[in-house]
Amino acid sequence: MSLLSVRDLQVDFTTRNGRVTAVNRIGFDVESGKITAIIGESGSGKSVACYSLLGLLPMPPASVERGTAVFNGRDLLAMTERELRQIRGRDIAMIFQDPMTCLNPYMTVGAQLVEPLIYHRKVSAKEARTRALELLTEVGLRDPESTIDQYPHQFSGGMRQRVMIAMALINEPKLLIADEPTTALDVTIQAQILALITDLQRKRDIGVIFISHDLSVVADIADEIVVMEKGHVVERGDRLRIFEQAEHPYTRKLLAAIPAGSKVPAECAREDLIQVRNLCTWFPQGKGAEPLRAVDDVSFTVQRGEVLGLVGESGSGKSTIGRSLLRLVPITSGEVLFDATDVTQLQGTALKHMRRRMQMIFQDPYASLNPRMSVYDALAEPLLLHGIESRKTVEQGVLRLMDDVGLARAFVRKYPHEFSGGQRQRIAIGRALATRPEFVVADEPVSALDVTIQAQILELMLNLGREYGLTMLFVSHDLAVVRHIADRILVLHQGRVVEQGTGEALFNAPQEEYTRQLLQAIPGRILLQ
Amino acid sequence: MTATTITDATLAEQGTSLWQDAWRRLRKNRLALFGLAVLSTFIVIALVTPWIAPYAYDAQNLDLGASPPSAEHWLGTDIFGRDLLTQIMFGGRISLAVGFVATAVALVIGVTWGAVAGYMGGRVDAVMMRLVDILYALPFMIFIVLLMVVFGRNLLLLFLAIGAVEWLTMARIMRGQVQSLRQQEFVEAAISLGLSPATIVRRHLVPNALGPIIVYTTLTIPSVMLLEAFLSFLGLGVQPPATSWGLLISYGAETMEEYPWLLIFPGAALTLTLFSLNFLGDGLRDALDVRGSGD
Repeated sequence: MSLLSVRDLQVDFTTRNGRVTAVNRIGFDVESGKITAIIGESGSGKSVACYSLLGLLPMPPASVERGTAVFNGRDLLAMTERELRQIRGRDIAMIFQDPMTCLNPYMTVGAQLVEPLIYHRKVSAKEARTRALELLTEVGLRDPESTIDQYPHQFSGGMRQRVMIAMALINEPKLLIADEPTTALDVTIQAQILALITDLQRKRDIGVIFISHDLSVVADIADEIVVMEKGHVVERGDRLRIFEQAEHPYTRKLLAAIPAGSKVPAECAREDLIQVRNLCTWFPQGKGAEPLRAVDDVSFTVQRGEVLGLVGESGSGKSTIGRSLLRLVPITSGEVLFDATDVTQLQGTALKHMRRRMQMIFQDPYASLNPRMSVYDALAEPLLLHGIESRKTVEQGVLRLMDDVGLARAFVRKYPHEFSGGQRQRIAIGRALATRPEFVVADEPVSALDVTIQAQILELMLNLGREYGLTMLFVSHDLAVVRHIADRILVLHQGRVVEQGTGEALFNAPQEEYTRQLLQAIPGRILLQ
Repeated sequence: MTATTITDATLAEQGTSLWQDAWRRLRKNRLALFGLAVLSTFIVIALVTPWIAPYAYDAQNLDLGASPPSAEHWLGTDIFGRDLLTQIMFGGRISLAVGFVATAVALVIGVTWGAVAGYMGGRVDAVMMRLVDILYALPFMIFIVLLMVVFGRNLLLLFLAIGAVEWLTMARIMRGQVQSLRQQEFVEAAISLGLSPATIVRRHLVPNALGPIIVYTTLTIPSVMLLEAFLSFLGLGVQPPATSWGLLISYGAETMEEYPWLLIFPGAALTLTLFSLNFLGDGLRDALDVRGSGD
């Protein structure tokens, strides 16, 4: 018998505009010692389904309309809140996407760790601490004796997620629900956390529900895959079957959206548009402290018409390089020659004219658009500022830009909050292209987006790049994405360039140890074969 | 999910701006419209009072003395037999003028000062905000008394003096807002578009900081009106026979047991104004928040 067996589950939300069915009569099973992955885009109902099992949804507006979820012989959906509390954190534990917001910043890690233990098992404080130390060792925290008394902000993202896992496991649960546990982490850390979860789950023989929007993340670890779209389970089956013989068109669409293969480097004019020489960008850390060397003596060139990929983990300085080139952060030393003009020396009008020629696309389309400006205002601003269109013709200019980035003209009066993430990123791309720049820095432009949307935006950027004759610096932590879009790739580590070359060369014959580590960490080996 | 669907985004609508959109939303808010109507009426009355007032504001009728509302004196008369309606109308001129002008002074100085300090940051910010701290620390009454002694009693000076004190809090609120807003990527995007700092502050930062500013403004207007009453009471503001709502209320309060109408009617005028201001303020805040329109 399955550990958890969900049947005919329906969850509705009552909104101002009527009822919305978020989860529509779905069913799936989780076995002990197996990982069941639930895959879907944002809004597919994957998280709602799992949260409803534990009574974690706000009711109202949510309501469980029908269904059963038999766990250990008892129906979770029929339990009272009191009974559920006995189950939560004890038999069923959860880990969340963002370990920072899930840990209380005012409590030491140790204090938080023993809390569920003391609550559910009524053990003594000393015993609980011993148990906590054992677990921290098990999840691979270095030097748990001293770190147990530290506060969450003293940990890195990966370490915090380890703490969260330890916290989830401390009561020896039978079922672990992991909601996008690696989405906020770097690739290498992601690989470690995935390995940790599989390892612990095998050793302890627990069932895992792994929620993710990204098929490639679960490709190596899931036993069973459940694909959800708009509240329905459209396909479920064994991992290999899903990857090799997906039946439902949506599953195929998801699989096709995973960036694969290297771009064939474009034929460039072999003319350097940008030359970066010994660029250093250091951030002062207060009196007496060593400055943070975010970018440390970096030199490279970008050829006219090429897409240069900049790859590295968080803290590698990749975003800072992009911002330094565009004069968005003050640089410490070095030269940035743009078409033989040193950008770092420009002031006033000369700088304004230079800004027209180089633009930026930001990571978070939710933060990079002014919430009080409609699409029209956002796109008209650069057109008017740089005199590209006059007051009379600006309207046509805005509409043309919307056509270019694939936004319906009817949306011209809408505000950013009325759009989805992908549409917002289109607006942001439109704004960057409004000045008809020669060079664009794209800072993780797709990492906040769903996989299928990612593929669309990448496609759009490649097309527009050709159409506008753009030179692009594409910054990302995701090697697969960069390989898909970039002609050449620069690998960064701790503010320095480690290796550079074409995607093909880097993937097939990496020269440096660090590059090899990054490649090893890419999830979804199965997809590459 | 949002309820606003823009189906008729025709080209004719092109010229609209944040303010026009806000006006469209404000029109749907009944309370705010009520507030706007009341305030407009009061302002119009205040403007034409010298021509429509039933009596002269200093006309006394000592034989009549304090009389309750009657056909000749709709709102009654005070102990000198002066018509209360006339008093309230003339008093409204002063009170509304002080309230709006002093707040406008505070708004302009405070928002500009706070936005510049918040946007520039660093040393500029430190110097500008220390100045605010110093002014905060000055005893307000002494400041006003000094002004009055040096320049003589003068209504315009009163406006300026009150405005000069009220802007301090406004500047602090604005600075806090701008500081958190300028961390956001859309400001970086504006910089990379080549916008000048002044344009960034005006077009990107101020509109996003308006919510708290408007709420604080609607709180400032009534507090300024009361401040004027207090100053007048001390003999530093308007002097009889000229009057203001604040003065009428404080005199009315002294005699409220014998002649309650002398307190009730001026009080009602002030209360109605304050309610209207609050409704309008809340309405404006919601109307300017584009996100609040649908969900």
